[in-house]
Amino acid sequence: MLDLEFMRHAFGAGIVVGLLAPAVGFFLVQRRLSLIGDGIGHVAFAGVAVGYLLDLPLVLTALVVSVVGALSIEGLRARRRTAGDQALALVFYTGIAAGVVLISAAGALNVNLFQFLFGSILTVTRTDLIVIAALGAAALALVALLYRPLVAVVVDEEGARVAGLPVPALNALTAALAAVTIALSMRVVGILLIAALMVLPVIAASRIAWSMRSAILIAMAIGLGSVLTGITVAYYANLPPGGTTVLVAAAAVVLAELASAPAHLLGGRPR
Amino acid sequence: MPLAVRLDHVSFAYGHGPPVLRDVDLTVDRGEFVAIAGPNGGGKTTLLRLVLGLEQATSGHVHVALGRRGYLAQRAQTPIDAPLTVRELVGAGRVARSRLLGPPARADRQAVREAIERVGLNAQADRRLTTLSGGQQQRAFIAKALAGEPELLALDEPTTGVDVEAQEAVAGLLQRLGGELGMTVLYVSHEFGAVEHFVERLVLVRERIVFDGPPSDLPGVWHDPSHAHA
Repeated sequence: MLDLEFMRHAFGAGIVVGLLAPAVGFFLVQRRLSLIGDGIGHVAFAGVAVGYLLDLPLVLTALVVSVVGALSIEGLRARRRTAGDQALALVFYTGIAAGVVLISAAGALNVNLFQFLFGSILTVTRTDLIVIAALGAAALALVALLYRPLVAVVVDEEGARVAGLPVPALNALTAALAAVTIALSMRVVGILLIAALMVLPVIAASRIAWSMRSAILIAMAIGLGSVLTGITVAYYANLPPGGTTVLVAAAAVVLAELASAPAHLLGGRPR
Repeated sequence: MPLAVRLDHVSFAYGHGPPVLRDVDLTVDRGEFVAIAGPNGGGKTTLLRLVLGLEQATSGHVHVALGRRGYLAQRAQTPIDAPLTVRELVGAGRVARSRLLGPPARADRQAVREAIERVGLNAQADRRLTTLSGGQQQRAFIAKALAGEPELLALDEPTTGVDVEAQEAVAGLLQRLGGELGMTVLYVSHEFGAVEHFVERLVLVRERIVFDGPPSDLPGVWHDPSHAHA
């Protein structure tokens, strides 16, 4: 399998995304913003359309438009003029509608949109891989460097604000990191399934972890394991890699629930 | 005593709603331990949020002379699903006092250890927060606030949902820590019976400040719960 260049590229991109998506998703899930990944994913679709229209690299335009969309959601949420779910809905539907209109304007409605909606990891080129690896490594480094302030905001946002932490900037950074993750993950699991890879490993890890730090590390391990298993199974069973990866992550949630269940059944303290 | 907090003719309303606070004047000196009490909806939480800068006065002026502030919100609990240990929670309270990037310095780890010791949770430091009793969880949140070495510690109903014994233990702990660390403490409480023995000054808020003085000077009628709810 690894004799094939496209499979090596697929595994390379998968490793980066498998680690990055849960690492960033962890902070969204803890802030009850699990579905923001879906919203930004739809905005990324508009970014793909802009790429078609302007004949620019699609990952680049998806990245730029996703970051703008993510910062808009965060801005609306932070000003409290719009409830979080309403802000999300506004950006969500505007993104998908703009995507359809722009793709139509670019005369590209007949292109294979399926690869953006559900992923096309087997078509990742060497150039794609370099971009995904470089930006992914930078995003992971940022998460590692800013882990403590990001946790402080997640644990108690108002307390962090009172203590003097730059909470709006940290929230904007989280939103921007989510956008970068989604733009990079587009080729791996697709726009419609992206949020799953940011959320499911985190849910699974939260069931079996013993501390916050262990939870994020376990989530990254589950994300990585899901992608590697998903690609491998998809290769041998001739299945779509994006969907297979997400199903593996969903199975991890079920297994984690089962693993944590005995404590409840035996009368132990609930988590 | 140097000034810690001063409110001059402060009024506040949420949006276009009715005023929550009207023309409030309040001065707190450094090192004071002040209980702020009053009926539900009387404006005591709003008063605290104005002092902390979490809300902006509709009119009037709020001046806070103390830079390092700690806050324990009403029904303090973390919204997160992931398991959180006491040490991780308290560490989150230290971040604003340490460098933002990278791992914590040795002095920061020491400050976290000391904060946990001060509230008597050494033995529980590496346990998950959710496995502790309500009173222990409140002490963990107090340690989180202490880890930032605050000059001003503001607590909003910190003992809601815990029994009277635990309420008095928390109030006593805060009185002791306030003295030891020279902190100014603002303690908002609906049930001020548990704290009145520990504070020198009680401020009753019902849209305006209706009483400000030693708890012993409080007219007897205010001790009647039905009056407090009026």
